[in-house]
Formats: sequence, structure tokens, C-alpha cells
Amino acid sequence: MTRKRPNYLAGLGSLVWLFVVGLPLYVMLIATFQTRADYAANGPLGFPTDFTLDNYLDDLNDGFTHYFLNTVFVTVCVVGIVLLLVPPLAYAIVRSDGRATGRVFRLFLLGLAIPSQAVIVPMFYLIDEAGLYDNLIGVILPTAAFAMPVCALILTGVMRDITSELYEAMTVDGASSWRIFLQLVLPLSKGGLSTVVVFSALQAWNGFLFPLVLTQSSQNKVITMGLYDFQTEHGVDIPGLLAAVVLSMLPILFVYLFARRALVQGLMGVGGK
Amino acid sequence: MTTFTASAVDSGKETRGQRRTGRPVTGVGRPGFAWAAPAAVFFGLFALVPLLLVVVLSFTRWNGLGSPEFASLKNWTKLFDDPVMVKSLWLSLLLTVLGVAVQTPISILLGVWAAGRQRNRAVLSAIYFVPLLLSVTAVAVLWRAVLDPNFGVPSQAKWLFGDGNLFGAQTSALGVLVFVSTWQFTPLHTLLYQGAARAVPQVLYQAAQIDGAGRVRQFFHITLPQLRNTIVTSTILMVVGGLTTFDTVLILTQGGPGTDTTNSAYYMYQKAFKSFDFGMASAIALLLVLVASLVSLVMVRLSGYDKMRSTMEGV
Repeated sequence: MTRKRPNYLAGLGSLVWLFVVGLPLYVMLIATFQTRADYAANGPLGFPTDFTLDNYLDDLNDGFTHYFLNTVFVTVCVVGIVLLLVPPLAYAIVRSDGRATGRVFRLFLLGLAIPSQAVIVPMFYLIDEAGLYDNLIGVILPTAAFAMPVCALILTGVMRDITSELYEAMTVDGASSWRIFLQLVLPLSKGGLSTVVVFSALQAWNGFLFPLVLTQSSQNKVITMGLYDFQTEHGVDIPGLLAAVVLSMLPILFVYLFARRALVQGLMGVGGK
Repeated sequence: MTTFTASAVDSGKETRGQRRTGRPVTGVGRPGFAWAAPAAVFFGLFALVPLLLVVVLSFTRWNGLGSPEFASLKNWTKLFDDPVMVKSLWLSLLLTVLGVAVQTPISILLGVWAAGRQRNRAVLSAIYFVPLLLSVTAVAVLWRAVLDPNFGVPSQAKWLFGDGNLFGAQTSALGVLVFVSTWQFTPLHTLLYQGAARAVPQVLYQAAQIDGAGRVRQFFHITLPQLRNTIVTSTILMVVGGLTTFDTVLILTQGGPGTDTTNSAYYMYQKAFKSFDFGMASAIALLLVLVASLVSLVMVRLSGYDKMRSTMEGV
């Protein structure tokens, strides 16, 4: 930066924004450590007088452990499908000289613009016809499909950065597409692959519309559905509700601490110039 | 998104062109279409087929049981005779315009500020990022609790919030929706602008300083023009997101009071999964997609983004 004096106005603005972001998170956290009576007496801005973990324990006993496991299952499967299908796709888009792969890429880019609401009615129809209604598989398949365009965009970007000399060298050595893919492309795309894992996991973990419309029974509830039902059924138990919100985001925060770079770079890459 | 299509396809052509120069293109050692086929089939089945199907369903009558019956243009004529539908379209547009108007200035300023390299900025941007990690559900549930008429913050600050029931009147309920979306999505746009602001060549600022331009002039004459492409990308994301806002409405206001916050995306959900009028719901869904693509297309054309006019002019 060539600027000389500090920009106090901008610094002040950024602190205001910190307050806007931080205050609700603070209200949420302190509420979860109070009993309901305490919260009603102190109000949302008061400090807890009786520290308690009961809200968390109640939630965990109240089905959230089960919703958690369902969400983990959905997330692992979605990430698995994406990892299995998207790297070969990106490899073909970058290295194939056929016209068909170019068209496929354009279709995936078109897919970036399709909001999931637009297809939810036909999706309900198709999943029902396939006999997958109220089945976690029925949630996994569309969630994976809708995570694919962004992942394809990220991975093609990464694979384009591998210099063609490397590809040529391996081709001269007589390596097959398979060997080039396994020994050159995959190892050199590690950064992109981790972005894709974090990104698709985030989408699967936070998914709402597909589970809302495609599942029904409490046995097949994922954690976002658990939150939604908790709010409609026991909306007055605010400490319990907010504890459930915190529980739902803990794994994500944990991942964020370790994979921040991958996530931020992926998002910047998608929207950049 | 049309922008992505334009940018990525163009760069695709470029690399392929470069590869062709100077060396013969042979299929040896190159992956064939088979490598792309599994992903293409999967994506086609679960994203493109439903998109085609929604067009078909919009011309049918179907209540979810049995099979859809052909109904010609009935859904479409009903759509524009339905006062709630017309109102919901206006509300969608209003929410979108307000969302863009509030989020864009905040995220540009924050993004440009965060592009600086100081350590405190990195820490703050990491904190700003947190709302983006939460699901829309979690955010909506959190704010519903914080703004609860009986137990929330407004009940304690009546001097500021009146009777404390922000969900009871149209203006305040719409305000809550705009505010909550801003809270959640400003970090994403900040991040986009941060990336773009870092890519602005420092030479430009140095030259401006020699010419004696102050900070404000540098911002308006260098930073903003250089961010042009990102402004288009970010605005299109906001428009598509704004038009399709659904979970936030469902959890925060249920479209109420009355139908005062019923936007089209929420109305579509109600038509489909509460009134079981899947034909009508498909028509609304299609209308939303058409409006969103039209707006994106117009923006891309007007801004010259599709021609990829360089922002490096004069460097």
C-alpha cells in the first residue's frame, strides 16, 4: 500500500460492521448457557447468573444426535459423489480436444444459474416416481447434482494451471490418460480438491429445501429440518432453540478453522474478475 | 449465471487456441468424452431434466397424486389474474432491489478496506466470514429468536422498536427480511470485492498520488471502475438470490402479516406443498427463472461484461 496516513473513517466503519456481525452471535451464545426462567428474567442482553449446559444436553437427547448422524451420512455421500464424478469431468474439459466436452462444460455453467426452487416441483415428482421419497438417498442425489457446477468451475480452473509441458512429457513417455490423471493431474490439483470437499460438504450440511420437500418422517430428518421443526413446535424455548443452532454449526466452525484458506480461495476464485 | 458462462467459456477457447498453435493436435494421450460422461449424465438427470420438466408441468393440472393432465395455458392466465401472485411479484422485486441497494455499498467498502494487507484486517475478515458458514435456516432461526416480540431484543428496547413486534407490520417485516439477508450474504460479496480490489494494479494508485489525487478521488476514479466486472457478478448473484429468497421468508415471517411478505418463491412453495397445485407452482417457478435470467442478461449486455472489455485500459 502506498497510502500514508491511516484511514480512520474506514476503520470505524469496519468496527461498526464487526458489532453488527458479532452482537447476535454473542446474544446467541450467552442465551444457550441460561435456563429458560433466567433468560426470560434477564432478557437477551443480560449476562447469565446460573451457568448451565442443560440446553445442549436436552437437545442432544431430543433427537438431535439422530439428525446429526443423518446429516453426516448425507454430507459424506454428497462429497463422495462429487469427488468421484467431478475430477474426471474437469480433466476431460481441460484436456480433451473433442467438441462434446466443451458443450458439456457450457451446460454445467448454465447449471450455475438454476436456483433449486425452480426445479423443486419436478424434483419431487421424479424422486417420488423413483420410489425415493422420504429416503435420504433421494436428498443426496439432487444435492450432489446442484453442488457440481461450482466444483467443476473450481477444478477446471486449477487443472488449467498445470503447464502443458508436464502433460506433453508424460504423453511422450507413453502414459495413458488414466496414468496422467492419477499421477499428474490429481496430485497437482490437491488444493482445488480440498476446496471442492469443503464447498460441497458445506452445501450438503446446510441444505434445507431438498430435505424439506423430499423427506417427511422424523427418522429421516437432517439437522436443518430439526431446527425448523424445533422452532415451529417449541418456539418459546429460546435457549434450547439457540443451543440447537450452535450445535448445528459446531462441525462447520471446526472445519473452517482448518480449511479457511481452501474455502476463501475457492469463493474468491468463483466470483473474481 | 450468464456472466460465468461468458468468462469461463471465453477463457476455455483461449487456452484451446493457444494449445493448437505450433504443435499438431492429436487425440493420443488425451482423455475422451467418456471421462466427462458420468458427471454429465448425473447432472443432466438431476438438474437439467427437472428444468425441462418444470416447463411441461406448467402446462398441466396436477395435485401430486395420479398423473398430470394437460391444461394448456390455464395456469398462465390464472397467474396474472391472481392478486396475491401479482403482489408477490412486486414484493420479490422490492426485496431484491432493497437487498442490492443495501448490500452493494457495504460490501464494496468493506471489501476494498479488507484488501489491505494489515494483520488486523485479516483477523476481522475472518470474523466477518462467520455468518456465511451458517445455514440460511440457522440464521433465520437465530434472528427469529433475537427479534422475538416477547423475549427478544425489541421487547427490551421499546424506545427504539415501538411495540416490539417487528413481524406485525409490513414495513418492519420487510425490513427484517432485508436486514437478515444482508447480515448473512454481505460477507460473500465482501470477499468477492476483496479479491478484485487486490488485483487492481498498484501503478494506478502511484500515478494518481503523483497527480495529487486524494483518497476519495482515488476510490471513485480508480477503484470503482476497476471493480466493474465484479460489481456485475456480485449484483447478478444478489438478484438471483433475492428473487428466490425462500427459507428466510418461511422461517421469519411465513409470508405474513397476511400476505404482506409473501414473495413469489414462498408463494410457489405454498401453491405446491400446501395447496397441492403443482401446475400453478411450476408456472411461478418458471416465471421466476425467466425474470432472473432476463435481468442477468440485460445487466451483462448493458455493462459490456460479455465483451470482456478489459479493465486494464490505460495501464
